[in-house]
Amino acid sequence: MSFRRALATAARVLRQLRHDPRTLALIFLVPPVLLTILKYVFQDRRQFDAIAPMILGIFPLVMMFIVTSIATLRERTIGTLDRLMTMPLSKLDLIFGYAIAFSLVALVQACVASAVVLGLLGVTVLGGTLPVLIGAVASAFLGTALGLFLSAFAKSEFQAVQFMPAFIFPQLLTCGLFVPREQMARVLQWFADIMPLTYSVDAMKQITLHATWTGTLTRDLVVVTAYGLAVLILGSITIRRQDG
Amino acid sequence: MAVAIKVHDLGVELAGRPVLKRLTFEIPEGKIVGLLGPSGAGKTTLIRTVVGRQKITEGGVEIFDLPAGDKKLRADIGYMTQSPAVYPDLSVRENVRYFAAMRNLPKREADAAIRRVELGGQAKQLFATLSGGQKSRVSLAIALLGQPKLLVLDEPTVGVDPVLRRQLWQLFAGLAEQGTTLIISSHVMDEAEHCEELLLIRDGRVLAGGSPAELRARTGSKTVEDSFLKLVESKR
Repeated sequence: MSFRRALATAARVLRQLRHDPRTLALIFLVPPVLLTILKYVFQDRRQFDAIAPMILGIFPLVMMFIVTSIATLRERTIGTLDRLMTMPLSKLDLIFGYAIAFSLVALVQACVASAVVLGLLGVTVLGGTLPVLIGAVASAFLGTALGLFLSAFAKSEFQAVQFMPAFIFPQLLTCGLFVPREQMARVLQWFADIMPLTYSVDAMKQITLHATWTGTLTRDLVVVTAYGLAVLILGSITIRRQDG
Repeated sequence: MAVAIKVHDLGVELAGRPVLKRLTFEIPEGKIVGLLGPSGAGKTTLIRTVVGRQKITEGGVEIFDLPAGDKKLRADIGYMTQSPAVYPDLSVRENVRYFAAMRNLPKREADAAIRRVELGGQAKQLFATLSGGQKSRVSLAIALLGQPKLLVLDEPTVGVDPVLRRQLWQLFAGLAEQGTTLIISSHVMDEAEHCEELLLIRDGRVLAGGSPAELRARTGSKTVEDSFLKLVESKR
């Protein structure tokens, strides 16, 4: 693997996005708009204060999942992957290039969303802004990794888009956002315990409730990042040098 | 003369269907070899096998004495795919520079490749907005990066206007003179005259090989297209 080639790939992915300002606008503006709507959905201010930081952990994962799965699927269908695989680069250059690019996009997205949630909407997180941004980037990294891996199993963009509800929604339902995990059926708790989104959301919960960096927060972030790395490696196996 | 590519008893199956059937031939170094045959003959599959992207079912392909797909060959092969295989949402320069970086080459090499295919004036233009012929030239520029010893070009002159097509063939001839081996596929038989060696394939088999003059003489025809037809008939 070469760091220079990974950076060149990240720069290329970001340039592609720059030529597509509407997608960028959607990535940056949808989270703050939705969170603002959500604030007025809740009558009880405390409910919003508890739920908004968790959502800051979910957005990067969901959006980077979709963007990455479409981007890598395109790379397969237009033949650029075919061409790249005959060149002297490592598959990891490509994969980490994507991860770097989308983590950076997620960082900007998280800055915008946090500014709105923590500033304009007046939500307080005891842990401070920096941990929120770290949590968001970790979650985006995981989303990129999952998108990259699962897109290998999609034959069309229709399928790739359906993978979002198929693979992300079950995690969303059981991660503790809707109902505290302790109150769910045992089987669902087991499921939540092995799913990575649970830890992204839990990290945000830790940051909201604790003024200091807790051991649980470290564990959560390690789990999310390790999951991301493992899935990225799996993703590199799905990119093959030879067909047939 | 040194042999660039050695193919022996090559068989390739795609999804259980035999596409290439016991192909055997050799390609000498520093020649322009035309791979001719109708669409569906197996040209692209053969090309993908040579560049190492397609798994071999039986037999073997050796390039510069290494098995096709060997890691050490990656820097030596330039591959132009049939569809452009270029990022539509990047400019010409951004595209070529990116692929140059993947070959560990500096930006100036990328810019030189762009000028070589006469696209200097379009360098800043978005790939998606180019004409069909310009698109395939971008793809060609990427294949030329790093002066590879073997250039494998899948239908490089499709949609290119005649004046430019002549220039491209001159470019190819110049490269061959410097020792580059070129494999150029086409389904247009007229292009055969630009090649020093021809390989006619049909239905996954080699129909005939040799220089255009040899092929015409052997079949007693005026054009390569006629030779092709006569060879097909004689096999019936």
